[in-house]
Amino acid sequence: MNAPLRPDYIRIEGLSKTFGGGNEGVLALKDIDCTIAQGSFVTIVGPSGCGKSTLLRILAGLLDYGMGTVMLDGQPIRGTRRDVGVVFQSSILLPWRTILENVMLPAEVLGLDMKKARDRAMQLLQMVRLEGFEHKLPRQLSGGMQQRASIARALLHDPKILLMDEPFGALDAMTRERMNLELQRIWMESGKTVVLITHSIPEAVFLGDKVFVMSPRPGTLERVLPIDLPRPRTMDAMSHPRFAAASASIRERFSHAASFD
Amino acid sequence: MTTAMLNSSRTASSADTATPVATPVAPRPRRRANPLASTRVQSVLLLAALLGSWEAAVRWFKVPQHLVPPVSDIAVALWRGLATGPMAKDGFWYHGGVTLAEILLGFFVGGGIGLAIGIVISQMPRLEALLEPYVAALQSVPKVAVAPIIVVWLGFGISSKVVIICLLTFFPVLVTSIAGFKAVDTDRIDLLRSLSASPWQIFRKAKFPTALPYIFAGLNMAAAFSVVGAVVGEFVGAQAGLGVLILQMEAQADTGGSFAVCIVLSVIGILLTSALRRVQRRVLHWMPADTSQRPVNT
Repeated sequence: MNAPLRPDYIRIEGLSKTFGGGNEGVLALKDIDCTIAQGSFVTIVGPSGCGKSTLLRILAGLLDYGMGTVMLDGQPIRGTRRDVGVVFQSSILLPWRTILENVMLPAEVLGLDMKKARDRAMQLLQMVRLEGFEHKLPRQLSGGMQQRASIARALLHDPKILLMDEPFGALDAMTRERMNLELQRIWMESGKTVVLITHSIPEAVFLGDKVFVMSPRPGTLERVLPIDLPRPRTMDAMSHPRFAAASASIRERFSHAASFD
Repeated sequence: MTTAMLNSSRTASSADTATPVATPVAPRPRRRANPLASTRVQSVLLLAALLGSWEAAVRWFKVPQHLVPPVSDIAVALWRGLATGPMAKDGFWYHGGVTLAEILLGFFVGGGIGLAIGIVISQMPRLEALLEPYVAALQSVPKVAVAPIIVVWLGFGISSKVVIICLLTFFPVLVTSIAGFKAVDTDRIDLLRSLSASPWQIFRKAKFPTALPYIFAGLNMAAAFSVVGAVVGEFVGAQAGLGVLILQMEAQADTGGSFAVCIVLSVIGILLTSALRRVQRRVLHWMPADTSQRPVNT
């Protein structure tokens, strides 16, 4: 707990990834170099096709990578790991399980103590404000509630890293803002390292300690933008001059990159 | 077919049972006061009217009994057939028992093998690709056409009928289970993979439950086919069974008796499908009412 937080908790060096082989191969990621500090909140923003999901799937161990090194806590990533929790674009709740059973899925798969897991699931459901919905089926919940349940599920086995792939992309703007605030609160309470992918510039700036800006064809990391805004950030932060400046600079990058097409 | 059934049942149920949300509470007592307004009562009345006009028409136009027997003859034949001992060779219980045994054995063995092979094939994409054309080709073979060959091979006993039913029940369950496993989206598999789940855990926790609604669709088809298979098999050659009884009765121009046996066969079919529906409703309890649960007794 008191061990110093590693500044290079996640270290990516010279990472490239090609889909397919031969002349047909598509270069999805090219020469990615970056580090992510332990306990920090990093957002990755970029237009579609910039390889941000590919990067996240590599971090999650769901995808092999071709060249380069990807180190997590000093160890190269080879396949999926227990200390990583993933939140996907859709909530992917299993429709035949109640919310509680869904949240407890990691415990079953990883063979954890079910009694403890149940207590923890109840706590997490309280944290994502779903108390009282434990025994409901997913389809009885709204999209925002389903996504919150999936965040609770990703946290059940107490992973050190939370990887989130456009978790709020399917939600309406109002729900999305509320979810951003909730996620910030959850992150501040849990002290996890969070990597969140989004295609929304305001969301990236609002949530991130650092924003990784990616550009497409081939997917490259354009720049890393530190966001120096006090926490906890409220919706008022969005009208802060530094917020506007950061957003504008990212937006400019995108239009710059687009002009190459 | 399914949607038509769903729609009809939905309109039926919404007409005779008011959900608190849809309609105010007030109309309920009025409905109780006038039972003729209930769709269920109306359909019973419709049946009574149809049977009554059948009886009247046959008597009025003096239709020969071996062509169309009056309803009362069928009722008498049904009564006689049912009022026999379980081992009486001319009774419904004996022959019905033989046919039911064939149906149940054929359904479980054929459906079970179909499901097992479907599971194995779907877990091996290359095997699936290899066998797919054969499954498609065999599926379009009219299985009842080989019934005489099966009887030649296996004789007049129960086993030839069971094999014929197996042929009929095997394919729908095989094909739907393969389709069900294909329907498993990669998201669910990714979710479990991200938790370092084993292939067996992925199968048990994501693939099989996703495929279950499809498998049940196949089992429902298989249940209907198994009754057809039993009767066809018994027509081709058997020592006992309701199909045999129909042939014997027709030989004696006892059309009323044949109709009565048909009623018994229908009852067997209805019992089989409703038992299956009951299991399905329990297993797929999580599905929304309009896809798995038909509101029968709400």
